[in-house]
Amino acid sequence: MSEHPLTVSNEEADLKNVAFTTRLEDFINWGRKNSLWPLPFGTACCAIEYMATVGSHYDISRFGAEVVRFSPRQADCLLVLGTVVEKMGPILKQIYDQMLEPKWVIAVGVCASSGGFYRAYHVMQGIDNIIPVDVYVPGCPPTPEGIIYGMLKLQEKITKGGIVRVRDRHKIAR
Amino acid sequence: MHTTLTPPESSKYMRLNLGPSHPATHGTLRVFVELEGEIIRNMKLEIGYLHRCFEKMAETHTWNQVIPFTDRLNYVSAMMNNVGYVMSVEKLLGIEVTKRCQRIRVILCELSRIIDHLVCIGANAVDLGALTCFWYFFRERENVYDLFEALCGARLTTSVTRVGGMYQDLPEGWLEWCRKVVNHMPRTLDEVDTLLTNNRIWIDRTKGVGPISKENALEYGFTGPCLRATGIAYDIRKAMPYYDYDKFSWNVVTQTEGDTYSRYLVRMGEMRESLKIIQQALDDIPGGSVNVDDWAICLPPKDQVYNSIEGLMAHFKLIMHGIRPPVGEVYSCTEAANGELGFYVGSDNQGRPYRVRVRPPCFAIYQAFPEMCIGQTVSDAVATLGSLNIVAGELDR
Amino acid sequence: MLETDIKLLANILPHLPQAIQSQILAVEEFLAETTLTVRRESLRQVIQFLKTDPNFCFDVMMDLFAMDYLKYVPETPERFAVVYYLVALLQNRRIRIKVFLPEEDPTIASIHDLYKAANWFEREAWDLYGIKFEGHPNLVRILCHAEFEGHPLRKDYPSDRYQRLKTTTSSEGL
Repeated sequence: MSEHPLTVSNEEADLKNVAFTTRLEDFINWGRKNSLWPLPFGTACCAIEYMATVGSHYDISRFGAEVVRFSPRQADCLLVLGTVVEKMGPILKQIYDQMLEPKWVIAVGVCASSGGFYRAYHVMQGIDNIIPVDVYVPGCPPTPEGIIYGMLKLQEKITKGGIVRVRDRHKIAR
Repeated sequence: MHTTLTPPESSKYMRLNLGPSHPATHGTLRVFVELEGEIIRNMKLEIGYLHRCFEKMAETHTWNQVIPFTDRLNYVSAMMNNVGYVMSVEKLLGIEVTKRCQRIRVILCELSRIIDHLVCIGANAVDLGALTCFWYFFRERENVYDLFEALCGARLTTSVTRVGGMYQDLPEGWLEWCRKVVNHMPRTLDEVDTLLTNNRIWIDRTKGVGPISKENALEYGFTGPCLRATGIAYDIRKAMPYYDYDKFSWNVVTQTEGDTYSRYLVRMGEMRESLKIIQQALDDIPGGSVNVDDWAICLPPKDQVYNSIEGLMAHFKLIMHGIRPPVGEVYSCTEAANGELGFYVGSDNQGRPYRVRVRPPCFAIYQAFPEMCIGQTVSDAVATLGSLNIVAGELDR
Repeated sequence: MLETDIKLLANILPHLPQAIQSQILAVEEFLAETTLTVRRESLRQVIQFLKTDPNFCFDVMMDLFAMDYLKYVPETPERFAVVYYLVALLQNRRIRIKVFLPEEDPTIASIHDLYKAANWFEREAWDLYGIKFEGHPNLVRILCHAEFEGHPLRKDYPSDRYQRLKTTTSSEGL
């Protein structure tokens, strides 16, 4: 009778069946990228498209990012969905500051990325004026495919990045 | 030993801030409440967190360039804003769009009304913990999105109308496709009807919650489903019919209680009425052009632009100088998903509007929110807010 | 709609009491819409009459907004105007009331106690145009942020003059 497969024997050949080697960094990043907990900071039109992305047709849970959290303390991926006006700026900053490391930001849509076609007296010309952004998704609003693509790009970035993120990596003077 | 705790007057109530980034406030609304236990004793609202300067932007763009900005007012049902805006410009120009264009606009408006109500009811149910309806409704919404995408390439922000007509005629096979989508819809409505309408929990959470009286609703300038839920059968499609709405057979849905449950029932009913209108409109689509035959307003056909000097000149003039409506100010209103959506446009005979004023239905409705909530619990306020369907893009413009 | 409005003009206006008629500076009909231009001092009187008189019953104030005629080509009596749009739902009638206000003193009586809806609409006109509504209980900015200077929808305010918020906390108003 053969031994139970999980029994660790002295022989190296057996070890290959029960263990694999990797770098700690890769292992942690693999875990992080496949379980992003997004915080949808939805202000405008893009939030409706995000609803469609979460909805039954596009189903973002296929990419491990369906656990939507509205508390910044429980989320690690801030999705800024829609126009951020000057009045909203401090709130966005506060929410970003309340999130724990590691944290990432996706600017969804042109308004969040650059102000879009609102070159106006009350619209912030891109959220990167106040918080660092990892991925910019173009579109007004982006299609759900676009939002998913942005998510995948972020996953790529996480895979390539180190484990330790320097908190003040993007110090932005305001 | 027992001592009674009597707090000083100033700290009798607990102050609580909801939003703007709060799941129940849908993004950009901020509510300050003073609570006694769980009962709301006082409420203050703060808006403007999505003030995107629509009215100022409109003054710096040409008449047709304003259309994309109107998409982003009530972005849940963008086509109705497109239609509302161009209607006011067409009124100022004194033109009537072709019958075919009118019929297409009716179909698109009613589809938009349906998807708007789908989001409203779906999100309202999510706020109260019923996630299933939301998935069901979004499946339907995706079907309509596909239709819109086939028509104009965009799902949400459609910019599908032009002053004097449409961006283009319907693509081939669109009408049959539309009929299929429309025929499928009653099934989903029935499903959600069975899930919610007689559901004990849904009724307990919504009946008698956030009520408003007829008189108060009028004082606050309510229109649309929220007004009809109080028992006033006012619908602009009936009161001031445009685009032959009076020729279709359909009913104005009303309820009497003015509470969250009534608003839910009105919206459910309206979706079925809209389906009726679409079906009748689909049966009888006149042929011909979608654009008015006036090259000072609508772009000439492409073969004319390439092959005739008149066409080329008209095209050039329209692109470079734009439309020039006569001097004057008009107000024109349509029945949008939330109520009366009015556009007041002023022209001084230039290529750009002198003034575009939007009368947003949400603005009037949201103002009454404290009055509807005082004396009820915070969770009731969440239920009420969902049923009012406040869309920040339209509220703050 | 056409007929009812014309009827309103032809039949009903002469039935206005003399006291009200003398407050009306002009009656304009354009594309089947009736506009009454009213003396500034007597705005409240006229609106109260139109609301309460059983023959008129304008029970809904649909809209209230300001206009700035600084660059308008046909010259207007004064620079600013406030427009009131009243609707009688049952009779299905609509009427527009316009009051011109001088540039140096854009002040008018508030009607927040006549129509509850007027409260926010008046705040908006103050915020965007700087029209002062006398007797308004809470005439503060509603759309722009609290530190905003000037009134952005005035014609002499450039559309892209962007004003940054200096405070970075978001707890104002609490």
